[in-house]
Amino acid sequence: MRRDLLQLFYLLSAILFVLGLRGLSHPRTARRGMFLAELGMLLAVVGSLLHHEIIDYRFIAAGLVLGTAIGVPMAIWIPMTAVPQRTALSHSFGALAAALIGISEYYRHGAALGSVRVGVIGVEVMLGSLTFTGSLMAAGKLQGMIRGYPITYRGQNFTNFMVLGAMLALIVALMVFPSSTAAFYSMVGLAVFFGVFLVLPIGAADMPVVIALLNSYAGLTDAAMGFMLDNKIQIITGSLDGSSGFILSILMCKAMNRSITNVLFGAFGKIQEKPAELEGKKPIRQVSIEEAAEILGTSRSVVFVPGYGMAVSQAQHRVREVADVLKNKGAQVRYGIHAVAGRMPGHMNVLLAEANVPYDELYDMDQINSQFPETDVAVVVGANDVVNPAAKRTPGSPIYGMPILEVEKARVVIVCKRSLAAGFAGIDNELYYGDKTLMLFGDAKETMIKLTAALKA
Amino acid sequence: MIDLGLIGDLYVFVLAGFLGYQVISRVSPLLHTPLMSATNAISGISLVGSLVVAGAGYSEVSTALGFIAVTCSTINVVGGFLITDRILKMFRPASRDK
Repeated sequence: MRRDLLQLFYLLSAILFVLGLRGLSHPRTARRGMFLAELGMLLAVVGSLLHHEIIDYRFIAAGLVLGTAIGVPMAIWIPMTAVPQRTALSHSFGALAAALIGISEYYRHGAALGSVRVGVIGVEVMLGSLTFTGSLMAAGKLQGMIRGYPITYRGQNFTNFMVLGAMLALIVALMVFPSSTAAFYSMVGLAVFFGVFLVLPIGAADMPVVIALLNSYAGLTDAAMGFMLDNKIQIITGSLDGSSGFILSILMCKAMNRSITNVLFGAFGKIQEKPAELEGKKPIRQVSIEEAAEILGTSRSVVFVPGYGMAVSQAQHRVREVADVLKNKGAQVRYGIHAVAGRMPGHMNVLLAEANVPYDELYDMDQINSQFPETDVAVVVGANDVVNPAAKRTPGSPIYGMPILEVEKARVVIVCKRSLAAGFAGIDNELYYGDKTLMLFGDAKETMIKLTAALKA
Repeated sequence: MIDLGLIGDLYVFVLAGFLGYQVISRVSPLLHTPLMSATNAISGISLVGSLVVAGAGYSEVSTALGFIAVTCSTINVVGGFLITDRILKMFRPASRDK
C-alpha cells in the first residue's frame, strides 16, 4: 500500500518534470515551468522519506542540511560568467552520488545479486565514476585551474580505447564471476582515470560540446542508477536529462560543422598551422574611439556580435550602455548570437540578459544572417572564429564549413578586439583585413565605456 | 533469465527518451543555459535513491556513502533550481516605456 502510494508520488513528479521542461520553450512560461519542476522534486523527496526501509533519519537530515549549505551559496553568489564551471561541477556531484550508491549496493549484496544485476551496477558505477572525474576536469579547464588548450600525446586515442575496452571486459568478467571484488574495484579505478583521459585532449573552445555531452552522461548515469534500484522516476529523469544533453551536443556540433567523434578525438585548437599567413599581405584599418562613435552615431541599424572575449572582460553591461545611447538616437539595435559563442550553450544570452538586454533583441544565427545586408554597422565584441569568413571561403581551413555570422555583409564592420592574436582555433581571421572592416583595438569593457562617452559628447 | 523488472524499466527508459527528445527540441535556444541548469537540478532526483541508502542502516559503509550521496544530490537540487530561477528572472521582454 505504502509502496503504491510512493509510486503514485513518483508518477506525479515525472509529469511535473516534463511540464517544467516544456515551460522552457518560451521565456514567458519558463519560471512557471520551473516552479512545477520544483514541486515535482518536493513530492518525490517527501514520498521517498516515507520509504519503509528507512529507520534512521539523522544522516539524511545531516546530508540535506550540508548539501543546502553548499548549494545555496554556489547558486546565489557566483557571477554569471562562471555558470559553465558551476554546471560542470554539478554534473560531477550528481555522478559522484550515483557512483557511491552503486558501490554501496555492490558492497552490500555482492554476488547475491546475480550476473544481470551486477552487470547493471558495473555499468552504473563506470558511467558515474568517469562522469565525475571528466566533469571535474572540465570545470578545472573552464575555471582556468587547468590549462585550457588540448593536452595530447602519441597514441592517446589508442590508450583511451584500450582503457574503455578493459573496463567493459572487467564488467563482463564481473557478470561471469559476480563475487570478484577485485574486478569491480579495478573497474572503478580505471573509470576514474578514464574520465580524466577523456577530457584532457579537448580544448577550451570545444567546451560547449563537452559540457552538453557530460550533461548527457550525467543523465545516463542517473538512468542507470534507476535501473539498479528499480526506481522508475530516476529512469525517467535520467532519460530526459540524457536526451537533453545529447540534443544540445548535436546542436553545438552542427554549429561548428563537426562530428562528435571529431570533437572528442580530434584535439581541436591544437592546430596551429602558420597562423600568421595573412599578416602583412593586406593592411588593416584602425579607427579611433571618436571615429567609431561618429560612424555609430549616424547609423540607423546596428547589430552587436558578442563572443567569449566579452565574457572575459565582463563587458556585457557596457555594451548595453552603448546600445542604449544608440537607441536613444533612434537606431535599431539587435544582437546576433552564434550557438557556440562562449563556453556553454546559451552562454551569451544569459550574460546579455544579465545586463538587462531584453530577450526580443537577441537573435540566433539563422534569424540575424538575413538581416546583415540591411545593417549599417555590425559591431564584433570579443568574437573571432564565429565571424571568420575563412569558414566559407578557405577549403583548407580547420573551420571550413562551419556556419558563421555573416557580418561582412553589413555596410561597415567594427571589430573591437584586444590585439590581432588568432582565435582559439589558432586561425587568422580574414575579416580583419576586409575592405569594410575597421579595427578598434583595446579591452572590450574600456572601449565600450569610452564609446558611450564619445557618443554622448 | 532476465527478470521482468529490468525489461519494464527498459520500456520506461526508451519511451522517456523519445518524450525528452520531443520536449527538449522545442526549448528556445535563448534558454539553453537555464535548460542545462534545470536538468542539473532535476537530475538531483538521485537524492531519492540516496536517501534510502543513508537511512536504512544497512552498514556503516553504506550509511557513509549514502550520506555523501545525499549531500551531493542536495547540492544539485537546491543549487540547480536556485540558479535556474536566478537566470530566468533576468530574461525580460522589452518594456514599452523605454
